[in-house]
Amino acid sequence: MVEVLVLGALAVAAATLSGTLAGRPAAAPFREAARLLTLQRRRTVRADVLLTRIGVVSLPMAAALAALVVPFGGRVALSTSVGVVWFNAMEVVAWASVWLVGWGVNSAYALVGGYRFVAQGLAYELPHMFALITASLAAHSLDLRVIGGAQHGLWYAVWMPVAFAVYLVSTLAMTFWGPFGHPLGADLAGGAALELSGPDLLVFLAGRYGLLAVSAGVAVPLFLGGGAGPLLPGWSWSLVKTCAVLSLLVWTRHRLPVLRMDRFMTAAWTVLIPATLLQMLVVGIVVV
Amino acid sequence: MEAVAFWVLAVAAVGTGVAVFVVDSMARATFALLASFLCAGGELLLVGLRYLGVLVVLMMIMEMLVMAVFMVMYMMNPAGLMPMSMTHNRRGALAVAGGAFAALAAGILLVPWPERRGRPPRDPTVALGDAVMGSSMLVMMVIGVAILATMIATVVLATHRGRYDA
Amino acid sequence: MTLETFLLLAAALFCVGLYGALSQQSIVMLMMGIELMVNGVVVAAAGFWHWVSPGSADGQVLVLVAITVMALEMAMGFAVVTALFRARDVDMTDDAGDLRG
Repeated sequence: MVEVLVLGALAVAAATLSGTLAGRPAAAPFREAARLLTLQRRRTVRADVLLTRIGVVSLPMAAALAALVVPFGGRVALSTSVGVVWFNAMEVVAWASVWLVGWGVNSAYALVGGYRFVAQGLAYELPHMFALITASLAAHSLDLRVIGGAQHGLWYAVWMPVAFAVYLVSTLAMTFWGPFGHPLGADLAGGAALELSGPDLLVFLAGRYGLLAVSAGVAVPLFLGGGAGPLLPGWSWSLVKTCAVLSLLVWTRHRLPVLRMDRFMTAAWTVLIPATLLQMLVVGIVVV
Repeated sequence: MEAVAFWVLAVAAVGTGVAVFVVDSMARATFALLASFLCAGGELLLVGLRYLGVLVVLMMIMEMLVMAVFMVMYMMNPAGLMPMSMTHNRRGALAVAGGAFAALAAGILLVPWPERRGRPPRDPTVALGDAVMGSSMLVMMVIGVAILATMIATVVLATHRGRYDA
Repeated sequence: MTLETFLLLAAALFCVGLYGALSQQSIVMLMMGIELMVNGVVVAAAGFWHWVSPGSADGQVLVLVAITVMALEMAMGFAVVTALFRARDVDMTDDAGDLRG
């Protein structure tokens, strides 16, 4: 369970880093969290409270459940032979969370935000799956620890750069972060999260940071050699690499322009999917 | 422990399945169906089908989200704010479904099921992969063609121009 | 947890789906009923795999086929509803009765 807690701490660190990069003091996220906790809930007319609550709570829950299979070196909270599929299933929960939050509050802009995310999901999910499959194909396993251990000296990020790049892009899209923040865009006054307030908003955004941290954690065994590295023990190398990936992901916010999801959809289906398929073909030929 | 999990999931699966046709809100109906699928996926995990159980969870979340979009698009009353009945022949349907359940249950309890042959492999996922790429390859090839045909057919049906326009 | 209870669960899911498929007017709701029926098939296949012949992978393949069938059924169903809705603004089975050949 230590691994899950570490990822939770990393999620908080990501929030702090994001604030620092935007020029706010390091304590700003904590102050904001305290403010949200004491804020009274805003109510909307004829809201579907049950579905909204499910949407709000399921996002951090999915992140925590996905964190169960993220290995640090050889250590993992829940050892399973299908870690990759489990991670994939848990991050798809984000679709449901964002759509439910957008739908449940009974507000037009929020609903538009929810729909934007489903469209974005249809765009990023297939390349994302292909990137995951490419790494498992090369390692002959769906177990994240085995995949991490199979990269003797040569990281998968080096010889399958397309899959790695697609993984990073789809991670940003999955967490509606930075260039893919359209579902929560400022043009919709906050999009899907528009009507969330107080503790609801805090839990929802915490889930998003959690998902960001977990995705960074999974990138390490998939593409960056897991816990492999000189001198230091495995878990610390995993931690260092996770921090590096997470910082890169956080950094993209406010640095890259926001991409409209229909343009991303076109790009995903005409460029990313063929590229990942070609990558998989190359990997398949090399491995077999 | 396993038995408790089985019964909890079973009751939840059937309960949410019934809820699909009881609730007014289409969004709630879709997510009730999703809950039913998730419980079924949990049952698969219970009998040791790790890959297939997680696959059911993964596929069904995506499917139901697409479903939700269509539900809201086509139903007259997606949020269930105006209670209305959208059923026909309810009594007949209830009778048929109840009769079918009685018949199936009788069959299940009366048929002498064969003894268990063989043991589960250490990793069922590997066995499945071997079967799909070996003895059952024909099945998977047929499915592949079916998927392709479905993709073409759905695009033809759903495009604005239809079949016969240039 | 035995084969019988597992199959009873499958039968219950199947029959709830059957009720939905028979009683719902809206094509989308009807498809939800069919999905529930296939869900029952998935559970039954898993039960047979585990209690009857865990040595062979046939039960697993059946589960995989059923999951694919669900996805295909849904895609086809929505395409038909879309075409129907475009042509005449309806999504109810009763309004499409004249399509019978």
